Formats: sequence, C-alpha cells, structure tokens
Amino acid sequence: MNAPTGIGARVKRKEDQRFLTGTGRYVDDLPLARATYAHFLRSPHAHAKIKSIDISAAKAMPGVVAIFTGKDIADAKVGGLICGWVVKDKHGQPHKSPPHPVMAVDTVRYVGDTVAMIVANSHDEAKDAAETIKVDYDEKPANVDLAKALDKGATEVHAEAPGNLIYDWEIGVQADVDAAFAKAAHVTKLDLVNNRLIPNAMEPRAAAAEYDKGTGNYTLWSTSQNPHVLRLILSAFVLGIPEHKLRVIAPDVGGGFGSKIFCYNEETMVTWAASRVGRPIKWTAERSESFQTDAHGRDHVTHAELALDKDGKFLALKVETIANMGAYLSTFSTAVPTYLYATLLAGQYTTPLIYANVKAALTHTAPVDAYRGAGRPEATFVIESIVSKAAKELKVDPAELRRKNFIPSTAFPYQTPVALQYDSGNYPPIIDEAIKIADYKGFEARRAEAKSRGKLRGIGFSSYIEACGLGPSRVIGQLGGGVGQWESAQIKFNPTGNVQVLTGAHSHGQSHETTFAQVVSDKLGVPIENIEVVHGDTATTPFGMGSYGSRSLAVGGSAIMKAADKIIAKGKKIAAHLMEASVADVVFEQGTFKVAGTDKAVPLGQAVFAAYVPHNYPLEELEPGMDENAFYDPSNFVYPAGTQICEVEIDPDTGVVEIVNHTAVDDFGNIVNPMIVEGQVHGGIVQGVGQALLENAVYDKETGQLISGSYMDYTMPRADDVPSFKLGNKVTPCPHNPLGVKGCGEAGAIAAPAAVMNAVHDALAPLGVSHVPMPATPLNVWQAIHGARAAAE
Amino acid sequence: MYDFHYHRPKTLADAANLLKGKDEARPMSGGMTLIPTLKQRLARPSDVVDLGGIKELAGIKVEGNNVVIGGMTRHADVASSADVKGAIPALAYLAGHIGDPQVRNRGTIGGSIANNDPAADYPGAVVALNATVTTNTGRHTADNFFKGLFETALSDGELVTSVSFPKAEKAAYMKFPNPASRYAMVGVFVAKTAGGVRVAVTGAGPCVFRVKAMEDALAKNFSSDAVKDIKIPADGLNSDIHASAEYRAHLVNVMARRAVDAANK
Ligand SMILES: Cc1cc2nc3c(=O)[nH]c(=O)nc-3n(C[C@H](O)[C@H](O)[C@H](O)COP(=O)(O)OP(=O)(O)OC[C@H]3O[C@@H](n4cnc5c(N)ncnc54)[C@H](O)[C@@H]3O)c2cc1C
Repeated sequence: MNAPTGIGARVKRKEDQRFLTGTGRYVDDLPLARATYAHFLRSPHAHAKIKSIDISAAKAMPGVVAIFTGKDIADAKVGGLICGWVVKDKHGQPHKSPPHPVMAVDTVRYVGDTVAMIVANSHDEAKDAAETIKVDYDEKPANVDLAKALDKGATEVHAEAPGNLIYDWEIGVQADVDAAFAKAAHVTKLDLVNNRLIPNAMEPRAAAAEYDKGTGNYTLWSTSQNPHVLRLILSAFVLGIPEHKLRVIAPDVGGGFGSKIFCYNEETMVTWAASRVGRPIKWTAERSESFQTDAHGRDHVTHAELALDKDGKFLALKVETIANMGAYLSTFSTAVPTYLYATLLAGQYTTPLIYANVKAALTHTAPVDAYRGAGRPEATFVIESIVSKAAKELKVDPAELRRKNFIPSTAFPYQTPVALQYDSGNYPPIIDEAIKIADYKGFEARRAEAKSRGKLRGIGFSSYIEACGLGPSRVIGQLGGGVGQWESAQIKFNPTGNVQVLTGAHSHGQSHETTFAQVVSDKLGVPIENIEVVHGDTATTPFGMGSYGSRSLAVGGSAIMKAADKIIAKGKKIAAHLMEASVADVVFEQGTFKVAGTDKAVPLGQAVFAAYVPHNYPLEELEPGMDENAFYDPSNFVYPAGTQICEVEIDPDTGVVEIVNHTAVDDFGNIVNPMIVEGQVHGGIVQGVGQALLENAVYDKETGQLISGSYMDYTMPRADDVPSFKLGNKVTPCPHNPLGVKGCGEAGAIAAPAAVMNAVHDALAPLGVSHVPMPATPLNVWQAIHGARAAAE
Repeated sequence: MYDFHYHRPKTLADAANLLKGKDEARPMSGGMTLIPTLKQRLARPSDVVDLGGIKELAGIKVEGNNVVIGGMTRHADVASSADVKGAIPALAYLAGHIGDPQVRNRGTIGGSIANNDPAADYPGAVVALNATVTTNTGRHTADNFFKGLFETALSDGELVTSVSFPKAEKAAYMKFPNPASRYAMVGVFVAKTAGGVRVAVTGAGPCVFRVKAMEDALAKNFSSDAVKDIKIPADGLNSDIHASAEYRAHLVNVMARRAVDAANK
C-alpha cells in the first residue's frame, strides 16, 4: 500500500526535490535577453538635505544606459509609496501620512534611502558609475532614539507629522481601568524595550522587469509574498500602469517573514524604468542593502501595569507603547502596533479591563513593518513578562497564576475587552501537557544540580494567543484596512484526470505545494503526485491576497475546500447521468461517486473525462469541463494558542545563556501535515530565541548609522544556539472554517521571546537581578549581574 | 569588485617578483579576508598574486623541538594534523575553532597573521608560544611581529612563508567568541614552554598583547588560583555593541583561568 498522503499524513515536501538539488528558480536566476542591471545609490546619512546631484560624469561612464534621480521620478509624476491601513487616532482622526517618494527628492531620511538609480550593461559598471555621482549633502541632526523621538524639540522627520507623531491611538476605557487599579491588592509594573529586528530572509529582495513595446505590457518578477497585491498597489497608486497591463510573477522566493509583503522603491523603479530604458532591468539586493532597507521589525518602548486582586485574579491591564515607524510608513506599518498588537493584550486570560495607548513615532531609521508575528510577539512579550513578574513578586507558581486566570473552555466564543472574539480554545490541557513534557516537577532538582556546577538554571513560561488567518474582510475594513482579506482557489482538472490547484496564496517556505496538495488529495481522492499547486503569477492564478499572518491554510485552504465542493457537486451530476440515478442518491467516497445501496460506481476521473469529452453528458443542463474556482472570506480570525516552557543555564562568570530545554505545546486546530507544522514551529522558536538572546538592530544614536549592518555584528541564531525542541499538540478545531485549522507559521516566534526571557530572569533572581534587557546577550546579562552585585555591596 | 590583474605563480621567487615594485599589488592566500574586502570595494589592488599554487608554502613539519607550519597551510589542515595534535594540541584546537568549515578549508595561517585582525585567533598562539615567523626575506620574533591594529612587521612585498612553534609543556587556548562573527571577542592563550610561561590575549585590544602579571604569577604557580585576582585594566581595550572594555577586561581574567585549568588537564 502507498504511504498515506491525505490530511494528517507526514508527507515529504514536494518542493524539496528542486530546493535541495539547487534547481529552484529565483528572480535572480532569470535569463533575460539584453538585460541591464540596476544599482541604487543610497544615502550615507541618516538625515540631510540634498543640495545638488551631479550625474554628468556618471552618464559618461562605460556601460551606463540610464541614470534616474528623484527629480526624474517627480517630473514623471510617479506616485509615492502608500500605507494601506488607515488607523484613526484617539480623536477619530486618520493617521498622519507623510509622503514616501520612491526616490528622495530633496531630503534623505535614513541611511540607505534611495538617491539615484543607475542602469548599466553590468552590475559592476553600474556601481562604478555610482561612485562618480556627486551628491552635495547638507547634513542635519538625526532623530534616532525611539524613547526620545516624541520629545519636544526632537528633530522632525517630516513636516507633515509634527512632533514625529503618526498617531496617538487608544483602545479601552482608561477611567475604568484606573478605577480597577485603585482597588487592586497588588500592582506589578514593567518597563520593556522590544528590540528591533532585521528580517534576514535567505534570499535577498530582487526585482526584474521587462516592457513589451508591441503590446504595452509590463512584466515584473519580484520576491513578493503577495504578487496580486503588489500589482494592485503599483497599478492603482504608484505607477498608474493599468492592472491588466502589468503582470507580476513571484517565482521561488527564499523566505520573507513579512519583509516581502510590502511594496518597495526598488521594484517600483525597476518597473517604471524598464519602459524608459527599452531593455529588461534586473536588480538584486546585496546583503548590506538588505540590512539597511528591508523593512525592520518590532522596536517598541513599553510601560505596562497589571492589577491583581488578593487572590491573584487579574483585574486590569494598562499598557503604554511607543512604536517605531522608521522614516517612512511602509505598506502595513500602522496596523502592526495597533490592531495586531493591542487587540491581543488579553492573551489567554480573563482580564476584564484593558487599556492600551500606542503612539507611533517617526525616526531617521529604515521603515518598520510586519515581521513574523507582527504585533503579536510584542503583545505576548508584554503580557507574559508581566504575568511572570507578578508571580515572582507574589511568590506564587507562574503556572498556577496563569491557570487561575485562563479563559475557561466553557467560555468560548469569548469576547475580550480589546475587540477580538476568540472562537475556540482550551488552555489548561495545553499548559498541563507542556509541564509534563518539560518535567516541570523535576526542575528544582535540576536547578540544584546546575548550581553544583556553578551554573544558574532558570525556567520560564509563555502562554500565547494569537489572532491570525487574516481575515474577515468586513472587520478589516471597519478597522481601516485598505483591502479585503479573503483568499481564492481554482481547481482545474485536465482531461486525463490530473489536477492543477491554483491559489492566490504564495509559498516562500511554507510548503503549500505539499499541504494544499494533501488537502485536495484527501478531499477528492486524487493521488498526490497527480496534483500540481500553482502560485505566484498574476497571469495564471486567480486574484489573491498572498501569504502572511498565518493565513494560507486557514483562508487559502478553505477556498480550496470550497472549490473542491463545487467539483464534487458537478461530478455528482455527471455521475448521476452516467449511472442513470438521481443526483440526490449519489454519494462521493474516496474519489468515487456511488449510488447508495447499489454497486454502481463512477470514479471521479471518469466523470472528469466525460466532462471534457461530453458525448454521453447532460449538455442541456450542465456545462462541459471540470474547472471550478472559489473565494473564501472567513467569518473570524483563527486563534492558535499554546504554552512554551524554556529552561536556561547561565554562566555567571561570562553571562552566557544556554538554552538547555525548550518545550512547545500548541493548539493549531486540525493538522494537515505534522512534519511541516513541526518545521514551522522549530523555525519560529529559533527566530524567537534569536530575538531573545541574539538579534538586535542597533543604530548609532547620534549619527543614525546602522552599526549592526552585517553578519559581523548582527547575530543570527545558528543551529548550535538551540537544543532539540520538545513539541506537543492539543487540538480544538477551528469552528468556522471547513478544515478546522488555525495557523502555525508565526506561533513559535510569538511565544519564544517571553519564555526565554522569563527563564533568564528566573535564573538570575537569586542574584537580585530584576531586569535584563532583550536580547539577553552575554554583555547584557553580565552587566545585570555586575550591577546587582555592585548594588548588594 | 574592481578589476585587477590575477596571477598564480608556482614559486615563491616568482611571487616575490610579481609583487616587487608594485605598490598596489596584494598577495592572496585563502582569500577569506581579501575577497570580501574586494567585493565590498574596500580595496583596489592593481594585481592579486595568488599564493595557492606554490607547493613549498603549504604543509606541516616537525623539526626538532619545533612544529613548522607553512604559510599557505589551511586552518583545517592544522586542526587535523597529527603532528600538531601531538606536539601542541592547543594549537590544533585553536585552528579548529576559527570560523566555520568553509573558512577553515580556505583560510591560512600566513594570511591570518599577515592580516593581524585584532579579533583573529592565531596571533594569540604565535605570541604565547613565542613562535618565529619566517618570510621570504628574513625572520621575525613573535613579540616584534604584531605591531598594532592590522599592522605587522612585514614590509611591502614581504611574504610569510612559515611559522615555527616551539613545543609546549602545557598550553591551552580559551576563546570567547563574538556572538555575531564568532571571531575572538576575547581569546587567551596560555603556554608553558622551555622558554617560560606566556599569556597572550587576542580580541580584547587593538592588537594581541601579553599579560606580564599573569605570566609572573603562573611562573611561580601554574594554577588558575594564581591568576584569579589579577585584574586587567579596561583602559585601551576594545569597546563595541557586543562588549564594553570593562566586560572584555573581566573576560580576560575568566578565560585566563579557564585556559590554565585546561592546560593542567
Ligand atoms: C566567515 C568568516 C569567519 C571567520 N572567523 C574567524 C575566526 O573565528 N578567527 C580568526 O582568526 N579568523 C577568522 N576568519 C578569518 C580567516 O581566518 C582568514 O582566513 C584569515 O583572516 C586570513 O587568511 P587568508 O588565508 O584567507 O588570507 P587572505 O584573505 O588571502 O589575505 C589576508 C591578508 O593577508 C595578506 N596575505 C595573505 N597571505 C600572505 C602571506 N603569505 N604573506 C603576507 N601577506 C599575506 C593579503 O594580502 C591580505 O591583505 C574568518 C573569516 C570569515 C570569512
């Protein structure tokens, strides 16, 4: 018998054949006849006025085809880049929307800002020419330190946003929360910085564009997570190329983590210039450009307070956050610290009153936008840090305090005080399972044993909730989102019975080609090798919203299920005709139509063949062909939840933190491919560990230079930084989508930072250390230990 | 990368000739430092003289009380050499902890010490073992070779041909890697040879340096207790986002103690 390939099977990834044998096809691999190569001259300053740009020498350099500056773009009336989510501030006013030109015109606002585009016969010639461009800058003071960005007198990044404030937003009723605090038996206070991260997808961003003079058609190959949305933005807002004259192809894409959702300057410029140059243009970011110009993630400064009653029940939570937007508003930047952050602040708890105030600030740094988890890791970090801190202060078990405040399983659907309605969940069995797997009971013995070796051992919990599977379009519209958030699918049978599944989602590491094929195989009984999943090309796939926010299976998979239902419904009619039975009597089981109680049977393949060769076919009532599409708009978000338990050992002499155990138990609803889900969890945890212990985007606070601008200074997690993870899972199926699935792509990164940092704090508590900044690098840990020792002396 | 003339001579004499009189010519061994520099357009040599084709430059020999390592010998070959492991296991350990497998299979000892990156590992061994650096024109003692930040006693066109390490009675290297680059943030090499005890620190300052106070204490009593209370001043040490000068100074002490313990094992 063949190995199972349906829902629940550990099917090996179909895409690995090409990825593991070096035969994937990425944007940079594209052979384009007569191609030219673009290089972008970038600002070396965080803030400066451009007094003049002299390109005369550069134009005469060998191989140069064209040079464009911000003025050329402005003269051509190219639109600026847009922010697609209008957040209304606490007075109901839309957020400040400073212009985001595709190339700087008279001011540069961060190191890496685009100043000129040089197109040449080779990349080296373009770079040679760039070195001869003379830009006369008038350097200005830079506003880099987020904590001071909103202070009076801080240098303004844009005149359109006075005081650097993009919005001052709130959720909840402050007076109610204050009243609850007044009655609290205990208040825990916390100041946190959520460190800024640089996404570091393995494949740098790349774009290649071609213009066909004969038809007036543009083709853009881009490392995009959502080619249809990119086309929409470029067409409707930026370049004005009619949507049907622009084809966007996102071929194999080597990771994105959110950073490839957005519409960037370079792909815009490459597309625009392709028609002016009359030859294809290719651009691939160098790694240092990725560091400087990919949208960064996180970067919050937060003060939080939690009020508890005498029994340890949470009464209210108060959170104030300043969120960094960088120098320009990236595509979805405004939504991240509001609707993807503050609405998650209930966590897994019954906290009845929550007030959050978020101020979004501009700084002279790269734009900040969604990065794996987008807002939810920040929220989880706040909640799970303050809950663990409260447990320490009250000297109660951190697991007990959590359990006491969990939303009970009987309370679902559960309306939180911060807008979201959780659809399903059952949290206590998750933490119980995690405690069992992590052998929490044995921890104190392990701590003592570590102490005998001179090591400080600590344990930390993080019980996260997330809202993903973006999302219900109506809700998103009410909250200011500029797009719908449904997904599309098309199931296209060929006459010979094999299938193409076209999806509007996009895979850049998520394994859709396998998971989606499993869904179709399971539903229609077609062998998995006869199913091809097609994505990433606006010319062939139905309009779709792409992949981010752990939405592909919950929303895209649901669209596939709907399309499959249509295939079955049509097949039933064909089969009924062939079997001379009534449609109502036909059932579909394991790929075959049957008439209940008889031995009559028509395999799906036969019905498909009849649909394409309709000689014996009810043509009067039914169209030929077997090709169905569907759009699915979810009625709610999905709410994966879980608990991670991290155990660390710290060397007090050096400050080195070692993760010795890490457990994650998740509820992702039904699971299609456990192996792929585990892979997503592993990757997510590693990214979360990266944030907790290693990664930090550091700008010089005076000059705005990116100090951590290469792998010499930006610490990526490596395989030897993490132990083998211990995973478990619990299932409460999602009640509102046909697969009963939730999302698993971001969970690991959402939960891990708090678990790790709580473990670090637990380990250091005996030394009197109360706070270690994230990331808990050896330096930060050593300084915290050193500080506590000095204070004790 | 800017254009340059590429040469791959077969003999040391040809290499020296190719470099002679050309201010902008550069030798290349493993290229692990030079090539990234070229790719980032931080250097613009007229000529690159690849030493990889010169057979006489690679290889490891034991000569009397010394282990002699050719300038073109790759880190991976030092790490796995039975001769090195037998005579100075700490040196094999050091080579085995440079960079990653790709770097170890390209990078060389000659290139590493000629470059004298303040965070490189080899300078610690060269100084602590009081090795002799041989070039196509002469010899340098370890103490005279490393002059400062990326600065050595080599004159223009002078090529490292081999490094001769005296066997050690006891030796160990303890490296605290920079979390990002994994170069040495602080590396302490402790060695007891016929010539006495030496403690060399790399990574912590602008250039490898010796800690006299530790050497004197260890000469009397070769145990970690002897150096436990010897504090290194933070003045003049490197300070960056990964480690303050104070933290580096502290790590020198920790790594020194651990190195002595390891050497005594
Ligand atoms: C990712 C990465 C990680 C690394 N990690 C470490 C680490 O942990 N520890 C560490 O110590 N190093 C590390 N390195 C550096 C590595 O050890 C290099 O091999 C070393 O710095 C230079 O050796 P090379 O043979 O590659 O020299 P090259 O790059 O060929 O040359 C370096 C310089 O020395 C000159 N030169 C080369 N050979 C000679 C010679 N025989 N005589 C005179 N001048 C010469 C060149 O002109 C050039 O200026 C790392 C490098 C990389 C890329």
